[in-house]
Amino acid sequence: MAKIKIKNKDRCKGCYLCIVNCPNNLIKISDQLNIKGVKPAVFSGGKCSGCTMCALSCPECIIEVYR
Amino acid sequence: MKKKRLKKIKNTAIRKAEEVLAFSRPKSLRDVELHYCAGCGHSIVHRLICETIDEFGIRERVIGVAPVGCAVIAYDYWDFDVTEAAHGRTPAVATGIKRVLPGNIVFTYQGDGDLAAIGTAEIIHAANRGENITVIFVNNGVYGMTGGQMAPTTLAGQKTVTTLEGRTIRNDGYPIKILEMLSVLPGAKYLERVSVHSAQEILRAKRAISKAFKTQIDNKGFSIVEVLSMCPTYWGMTSIQSADRIKNEVSTFYPIGVIKSY
Amino acid sequence: MLMCGNDACGEGAILAGCAFYAGYPITPQNELTAYMAKRMGETGGVFIQAESELAAINMVFGASVAGVRAMTSSSSPGISLKQEGISYLAGCELPCVIVNMQRGGPGLGNIAPAQGDYFQAVKGGGHGDYKIIVLAPASAQELMDYTYIAFDLADKYRNPVMILGDGLLGQMMEPIQIKSVEGRPLVDKPWALTGCKGRQARFIRSLFLGDGALEEHNKKLQEKFNNIKKNEIRAETLNIKDADIILVAYGSVARIARAGMELGRAKGLKVGLIRPITLWPFPEKTIADISGKAKKFLVVEMSAGQMVEDVMLAVKGRAEVDFYGRMGGGIPTEEEILKKIEALVKQS
Repeated sequence: MAKIKIKNKDRCKGCYLCIVNCPNNLIKISDQLNIKGVKPAVFSGGKCSGCTMCALSCPECIIEVYR
Repeated sequence: MKKKRLKKIKNTAIRKAEEVLAFSRPKSLRDVELHYCAGCGHSIVHRLICETIDEFGIRERVIGVAPVGCAVIAYDYWDFDVTEAAHGRTPAVATGIKRVLPGNIVFTYQGDGDLAAIGTAEIIHAANRGENITVIFVNNGVYGMTGGQMAPTTLAGQKTVTTLEGRTIRNDGYPIKILEMLSVLPGAKYLERVSVHSAQEILRAKRAISKAFKTQIDNKGFSIVEVLSMCPTYWGMTSIQSADRIKNEVSTFYPIGVIKSY
Repeated sequence: MLMCGNDACGEGAILAGCAFYAGYPITPQNELTAYMAKRMGETGGVFIQAESELAAINMVFGASVAGVRAMTSSSSPGISLKQEGISYLAGCELPCVIVNMQRGGPGLGNIAPAQGDYFQAVKGGGHGDYKIIVLAPASAQELMDYTYIAFDLADKYRNPVMILGDGLLGQMMEPIQIKSVEGRPLVDKPWALTGCKGRQARFIRSLFLGDGALEEHNKKLQEKFNNIKKNEIRAETLNIKDADIILVAYGSVARIARAGMELGRAKGLKVGLIRPITLWPFPEKTIADISGKAKKFLVVEMSAGQMVEDVMLAVKGRAEVDFYGRMGGGIPTEEEILKKIEALVKQS
């Protein structure tokens, strides 16, 4: 089963575009703050199809998709 | 038709799936943090250009011309030769480079203020001369770098720091449709408007940017891609609301699609 | 062979290996643009008639970024449109040659010769602290020769160089000798952008946002300008050793002033002439050294008086500095200059 990795959570600026672009709603907002004082997006596991929609829509280009 | 195409994309993605990585940062995009605001479309467009350059294997031939605007320090992010033009003069600088280095791939990166306000003469004449360059035109409806002023592409009624009550036709005229204007010029060979407000649109934008670069690589003449882009900070919205605003509002006035091809 | 100054200037550029020219129609330099259109076609260089003088200087910026010898030319109003581009070229340390065949101003002015752009050329017409080397030819031959060396100076110092002529010089036909230039090495440009094959990616820019970065960059530029001042001053002097009155004039006015000097000499008046050839760097020392001995300076210009200020700066009050000028395209005659000389002699 595919999965994604948010390479550097400190670079997430909290735009959450990945969350709305994931067809299976597998990305959540972390409850911890990153170095920017932003709650970064985080992969919550679950049935990921590896469609790369999240990675495509991430402005910071910090999501890697593995299968 | 859309379903079939999506399936095709998925297949290519899956065929690539044997590699462990199905998606990663393009090589020509330096691995540094981008200074753009959260949810800014510039960051995405930067990546799409780098993906295109990697795929065509032209990193060592390409010369970028950065604008004056939010993307003025694009050279901090692109790992290839870049110069910086005076505000609005990017197409003239690119003309100078391309004419003396026809073997190189020259592209300009411009915002709506740079291209459609101060640089109107330069973009029209570069297109009219059919310069064999590629223009990536980011339309986010405001001047971002300077604090959210009205741009030529600000929609009627849209509030900015210089149209506090909203842009009025009587005082500020209509938002300008540069691509449609350029399309009547025979020298302009490939014109497409795309958006980066969703993953599907980003895929389409990537294809358009590739087609534009291919136009230049094949020596066909002037190519330009207009990218509708989010500016959450100066639209006064969240990134997600900004994406929706493009889908529901901006793209109705600025329709997405190929405006002219060959 | 006979050539007008504009054509001679163009040939100087061709001889120097100019491979990119962008221009725009404006009298009195149109012959130069037409000449470049013809000659660039013959020599395989690039000729573009741009949509404006402003676009033209930015095209030259691009060609220079790519490491090619590039030139643009215009006349006063057009040169004003190029000032922002010239500041960027200086800020990015890019070489190029800009030719200004001055005309009457301000505003639309007229198409007669003038020298009202001196301040704009030597004090910096654009924004920020920068200098451009300014050469002032006084004949068609010098237009060719100085344009030729302008390209070498531009490449040597990575800085724009201006040829400051005027409509009279541009359109007057004079005999010309074309020197052979075979086997001249062109300057290697490791800084140019040609695609990062086999090296790190490079960029050329004038934006320095880092803390103190722009100040550092400015210090580097100022060092270059001081270096130019030390090495590149050019001037011509005639009969200044025993002179009571020294005329100071450049370009076509220097030739008229010389005739005025000769009329004065014929009447037994001890008159000399200093002709600055580089208006920047200005030949201060040549003037300063003679200031103690000469009784008076008479600066002659086709303007309301601009270079006169630099002469005063060089003289530093050690001698009287007078001015005679014609404005709005008026051209002084040697008789007028003689009359002014005689008036000055009478006063002392």
